[in-house]
Amino acid sequence: MADRTPLLVAEALTRRFGALVANDSVDLRIMPGEIHALLGENGAGKSTLVKMLYGLLVPDGGRILWRGEPVTLANPRAARALGIGMVFQHFSLFDAMTVAENVGLALDEAEPLRDVAERLREVSRAYGLPLEPGREVWRLSVGERQRIEIVRCLMQDPHLLILDEPTSVLTPQETEGLFETLRTLRDEGRAVLYISHKLDEVRQLCEAATILRQGKVVERCDPRGQTAASLARMMVGSQIAEVRLSHAAEATGPVRLRVDNLNMPSEDPQGTSLKGVSLELAAGEVLGIAGVAGNGQDELFAALSGEVLAPRAADLTLDGTPIGREGINRRRRRSAAFVPEERLGHAAAPRMALSENALVAGHAANGFLRGGFIQRDRMLNWVDAVTHAFDVRKGPRDPEARDLSGGNLQKFVVGREMLRKPRLLVVSQPTWGVDAGAASLIRQALLDLARDGASVLVISQDLDELFQIADRIAVIFNGRLSDAQPTREMTREAVGLLMGGEGFGPATPGATPGAAPGAAPGQARDKEGVA
Amino acid sequence: MALVLERRPEAGKWALLLSPLLAVVLTLVSSLVIFWMLGQDPLRALQVYFLLPVSDAWGLQEVMVKATPLVLIATGLALCFRSNNWNIGAEGQFLIGAICGGGVAVWTHGWGGPWVLPLMLAAGALGGMAYALIPAVLKVKLRVNEILVSLMLVYVADLLLDWLVRGPWRDPFGFNMPQTVTFAPEATLPLLFQGGRMNLGSVIALVVVVAAAVVMARTLKGFEIRLVGQAPRAARFAGFSDARLTLTVFAVSGALAGLAGVLEAAGTVRQLLPGFSVGYGFTAIIVAFLGRLNPVGCLIAGIFIAITFIGGENAQIVLRLPRDMTLVFQGMLLFYILACDTLILYRVRRRVPGVGAQA
Repeated sequence: MADRTPLLVAEALTRRFGALVANDSVDLRIMPGEIHALLGENGAGKSTLVKMLYGLLVPDGGRILWRGEPVTLANPRAARALGIGMVFQHFSLFDAMTVAENVGLALDEAEPLRDVAERLREVSRAYGLPLEPGREVWRLSVGERQRIEIVRCLMQDPHLLILDEPTSVLTPQETEGLFETLRTLRDEGRAVLYISHKLDEVRQLCEAATILRQGKVVERCDPRGQTAASLARMMVGSQIAEVRLSHAAEATGPVRLRVDNLNMPSEDPQGTSLKGVSLELAAGEVLGIAGVAGNGQDELFAALSGEVLAPRAADLTLDGTPIGREGINRRRRRSAAFVPEERLGHAAAPRMALSENALVAGHAANGFLRGGFIQRDRMLNWVDAVTHAFDVRKGPRDPEARDLSGGNLQKFVVGREMLRKPRLLVVSQPTWGVDAGAASLIRQALLDLARDGASVLVISQDLDELFQIADRIAVIFNGRLSDAQPTREMTREAVGLLMGGEGFGPATPGATPGAAPGAAPGQARDKEGVA
Repeated sequence: MALVLERRPEAGKWALLLSPLLAVVLTLVSSLVIFWMLGQDPLRALQVYFLLPVSDAWGLQEVMVKATPLVLIATGLALCFRSNNWNIGAEGQFLIGAICGGGVAVWTHGWGGPWVLPLMLAAGALGGMAYALIPAVLKVKLRVNEILVSLMLVYVADLLLDWLVRGPWRDPFGFNMPQTVTFAPEATLPLLFQGGRMNLGSVIALVVVVAAAVVMARTLKGFEIRLVGQAPRAARFAGFSDARLTLTVFAVSGALAGLAGVLEAAGTVRQLLPGFSVGYGFTAIIVAFLGRLNPVGCLIAGIFIAITFIGGENAQIVLRLPRDMTLVFQGMLLFYILACDTLILYRVRRRVPGVGAQA
């Protein structure tokens, strides 16, 4: 920390997209050995700024100084040559290739694969990011995929590491592990530019923060001296609506959804099979399912939605009717609704208009068809209604799904289901990578839906979210589900332990009576080094 | 420095229409150069190729005769390709359609009635459908690549036809020529006009195009086809079964190719013989892409390609140019349309170092 020359200075960086000024004379100063937070809502210009710093966009005005010298970053390769590395929010990995192959491809200098694997092992061990070089990416969970991206950057020995919302897919323990990694990097004198919506994390981790709003720097501060609320106020320029507290006491309606000892092999040979999953969800209740990515959440969602049919009809009952053998549209006609984790590609077709995306989930139960013909005007009206009710911000009336920002598309796909007033809503990662304003709106909508008597099942890796909205929380681990416990009786530590596999299986007596009977031993996945 | 392709944000629907038109213009310009290099008067050659075929009623009818199978097959292929199902074997389904329909004609020769023609059409369509379902079922059940299977089955169909017309179905009074009897009048399609060969098949093709256009644009099935092609996981979320859709689109495209085959047999050739097809099933792939995988587009593209077929025949006679010139045309056309698509939807940008140097 002796060197007081800033590592990187951005002076009056400006970038326009047509009429829109995405970055308006933005100044940023990052010192060596500093973890610097970049805060702002979706659309505030954070991505534009870091893309210029990483050579992906050329600024229209202003300049960048690296260790006091003006530099031009024509492309990411030039940025990497200086020592700037970046981990993107959306991963760019080839599913069919192994971890080592993916890392090797991204290196600027070609290297034999064996050396890549060896270095990868070293780096991942040194920074507490366990990875198996020989595994194909498609077998890995979201959290593991992110580790590849981070390790890939670290192997280039960066002086400045840019991270775009890295913790949105991690457990508290994984997050803590990542923070340890970042602190190690800081202590080595490297700088980190950390983009996040999670204000508590920023306060815990970062010693400086630059806050963007509508393309301009509105504030610079030391986040350790701020509260989450004050940071949020700077970001949005006004008070964020606090999510009103849950309503656990009165949530004692009849059982709406029952899953009874569901055993289901995964369709994906490397996926996680569901083993003896049982749960009950009452009317008016929000049930949260926590867990590390890749522990059977995808399979559970597929089973609940009917994308994959259960082995027996009686495995799932909805309002007393066995629905295990019914497909997703028949379940929708029984007033169930579903929001999958992936916005683009699963919940919505990227290159189709919103009205056609309304048809994706609504053709079975929304009256968009007359005599087999599509009623486009009704779909458009539906889009307008969702837009209005959920504050979806978009330019034209009916843009393609990929033209919406992540937060706005999420509001659309959640709103698309909510507007039907379903009696059962199953939603996976409802606020993944969504800005604070949109997240609070979505969570409030989930709570309101439950208060009106619907049953809501939230699969999430965001514990803050679950503690905020769930009445009861269960944990999924290696395809098994713990007994749901009332949220007020649970602590984050207890949930975190369950997420790590403690208390499952016969080896640990009596901790979770709901664990599957006669479950096989050996559920130890490679979780060492995470906690 | 590197050349990069980046998506043009402003490229809209007009680009999809502009691209094939531009490709046609570029093909014409290039062919002018080729004619000149071949020592022909370029304008005269162009006139022979593109104007002569459409300059009289007889020529126009010939164009429609050629366009009919192309349009029928391409429309079916468009549905397939839209949903990411790669049926490359339409040629085989076309031949099987001709064999099944023609078989009815051979079998009923001498004792048929007015019921023969409908039976032939049904047999041809069903035969093509069944033949197309072979790669589809293998794909769905065993994950066998449908491109390979459908393509290889073309040669099976080709050899089957060869064997039939040399063996069991050979015309006993045909001087040992490898061909069937000439079909009886009740086994041939009625002509639409005197003094030409245009027959009921063209009307059928037109009806199919309209029906397919309505299905694609306005019905849930059309939406399903587009969704499965664009976003398979979203299609599953919508409750559509991709396996069932694969079977459906293969069945439909096979039936249309088979129908085209029996129409060709009953309407134009009026018997079965080796070399019965001039490669309609393969040319239809170009037609489908030139027509933007859109039924109406396939109609326009099919007519255009048919003109080059007739023009090529004219050029052989009038200008003594080789028949291969037609294939050169079609090759250039496909090349230009792919290039235009790329350059209209994307722009080439040189990544230039330096601040603010790029617009």
